[in-house]
Amino acid sequence: MASTLETRKKVEEVAGEYKYGFVTDIEMVKAPKGLNEDVIRFISAKKKEPQWLLDWRLKAYRHWLTMEEPDWAMLNYKKPDFQDIYYYAAPKSSDDRPKSLDEVDPELLRTYEKLGISLQEQEVLAGVAVDVVFDSVSVATTFRKTLEEKGVIFCSISEAAQEYPDMMKKYLGSVVPAGDNFYAALNSAVFTDGTFVYVPKGVRCPMELSTYFRINEANTGQFERTLIIADDESYVSYLEGCTAPMRDENQLHAAVVELIALEKSEIKYSTVQNWYPGDKDGKGGIYNFVTKRAACRGKKSKVSWTQVETGSAITWKYPSCILQGDGSVGEFYSVAITNNHQQADTGTKMIHIGKNTSSTIISKGISAGKAQNTYRGLVKVLPNAENTRNFTQCDSLLIGDECGAHTVPYIEVKNPTAQIEHEATTSKISEEQLFYCLQRGLDVEESVSLIVNGFCKEVMMQLPMEFAVEAQKLLGISLEGSVG
Amino acid sequence: MAMLEIKNLHVEVDGQKILKGINLTINPGEVHAIMGPNGAGKSTLSYAICGKEGYEITEGSVTFNGKDFLELEPHERAAEGVFLGFQYPVEIPGVSNMNFLKAAINSIRKYRGEDELPAVEFLKLIRAKAAELEVDPEMLKRSVNVGFSGGEKKRNEMIQMAMLDPIFSVLDETDSGLDIDALRIVADGINRMRGQDKAILVITHYQRLLDYVVPDFVHVLAGGKIVKSGDKSLALKLEKDGYAGIGIDENAA
Repeated sequence: MASTLETRKKVEEVAGEYKYGFVTDIEMVKAPKGLNEDVIRFISAKKKEPQWLLDWRLKAYRHWLTMEEPDWAMLNYKKPDFQDIYYYAAPKSSDDRPKSLDEVDPELLRTYEKLGISLQEQEVLAGVAVDVVFDSVSVATTFRKTLEEKGVIFCSISEAAQEYPDMMKKYLGSVVPAGDNFYAALNSAVFTDGTFVYVPKGVRCPMELSTYFRINEANTGQFERTLIIADDESYVSYLEGCTAPMRDENQLHAAVVELIALEKSEIKYSTVQNWYPGDKDGKGGIYNFVTKRAACRGKKSKVSWTQVETGSAITWKYPSCILQGDGSVGEFYSVAITNNHQQADTGTKMIHIGKNTSSTIISKGISAGKAQNTYRGLVKVLPNAENTRNFTQCDSLLIGDECGAHTVPYIEVKNPTAQIEHEATTSKISEEQLFYCLQRGLDVEESVSLIVNGFCKEVMMQLPMEFAVEAQKLLGISLEGSVG
Repeated sequence: MAMLEIKNLHVEVDGQKILKGINLTINPGEVHAIMGPNGAGKSTLSYAICGKEGYEITEGSVTFNGKDFLELEPHERAAEGVFLGFQYPVEIPGVSNMNFLKAAINSIRKYRGEDELPAVEFLKLIRAKAAELEVDPEMLKRSVNVGFSGGEKKRNEMIQMAMLDPIFSVLDETDSGLDIDALRIVADGINRMRGQDKAILVITHYQRLLDYVVPDFVHVLAGGKIVKSGDKSLALKLEKDGYAGIGIDENAA
């Protein structure tokens, strides 16, 4: 019991020491505060968008006006004032898009270096192509040429709207319709940038594609939009990682990610999310309302979501799979860590429509401090989905006695041939485990990090190598001082 | 200079007085055995030396190589060279024995101001130790103690001890629940820790381990105190005559 207390103390110490909390002062070009049709026109004009996209945005906006912010999640927070947010902010230097890293604002590069993501290094190392989003504008894109040789398109979504209008028209909003939910509608109206990926038939994307997101300007909501299309028999692995500077006011983030997997294709989407979680009293921190959904449209297609969520004050996120193609496969591997006053309501939806579809859900929730961590998941089997299978495992780990872990699984089966399994456990880091590690020479933080990483191993091993090391460190950092 | 010097040690757990004035001096090169009836405080002594939380020292001192040991954190005591072989080794799911040991070794090296052990050298070392202790290398890849039999767990303690190479090893009923083959291997592991500059404290219920690990001194702990000390013949006498034979009422412990 005593060590639990100490653990809690340690967690408290760690809180408020967000390691990536710094602010870059690059002059921003902003749209006026607040949201109306003129602001949407301003964004669309800034992005030199075609008329159809502006119309699409406006339609989404008008629909959003009729909607209400959802409150079914186990989350407690002050609802954002949507008129008190800047919807467009871009580094000034981006009007003249840099042709190479040499032309990139050195201040910006220094910021990334602080985060340990030096572009120069990454260009040479690891074979990772990086489309960096600094606030709302893509600043630099690397490895473009190698990808082009394979016919892989990897560009900002604004660019795609101009260069690949047919695909954009066909697929944008086809998985997450503009009016899908409150936040998705808002994003559809005001999204400022994000990534577009197309992998042609039969192509295995030669490198992991990666985008670092970063929210920088105070009061700037960030509305990213990602669209990934894997054509027949193709494969792509996409990494999304983010850190944000320390800020007192809550920053809103409402991203939309749409994945489309065609016949026998596979998309692996990995996220490491480390946005500012707020201080130890629950002040500040990012509000993260994300809609991520994949459509496995083709036969035997596969989508795998892996997420490591350690940041944000509020997380509302359910990366889902619509298993439409016969024999398609959906996977969801999740680690969510909440500490201090963080709240996470996260999980997945697996919608089985096609025959012989299968899904796997592995969720690991870790709560410390006064945090609340909820797994909310839906497994739905439609009447025509013969011989479907689902396996769900939800494990919760508690540190201290003031936090909470909740598991809310919904299962709806309309076909009698379905096989559904659900397992759930809740445990605590025991005093005995801790002492055993200490006695072997590990200090308290190392011990907790080791135990937690072990607890999350099944998920962590799904991460691409480039990410795994960073993510392991992150688990330690997030709980640093969190136990001990 | 004595390696370990315990003076008038009083320990409470949850407000209950368990140890009531222990005096014990262990010099480099010595092997000591502590025996005693159940509930005498044998495990409490090992936990108090290693700094387990909840074991409150109300009086007395513990000095290790001249340092006030009670001032140090548990992981610092480990890094100073004290190893505790657990009676019930703990399971850590998802953490392989390899990773666990690598992390432990590097933490200890960091404490001592040394560089990390290069991965290649670590692998060489662990393979050599596994071979010496007849440990299947596959076991090293498994999660720490998860799904291990009693014998495997104790063997795992031995390989950890061999890898961490402590100056002072405390073995808390390491022999309990072992068949004769496992006992021999464990005893062999303990004997490998003997040395001029090293010391060992074996806590055991039975004399049988002491046939393999021959102690220089045997102490009998009862009712929170060391009531009798002698050489290895004391263990044999205990085995033959029981605690009552040396004038201890086992139930009074």
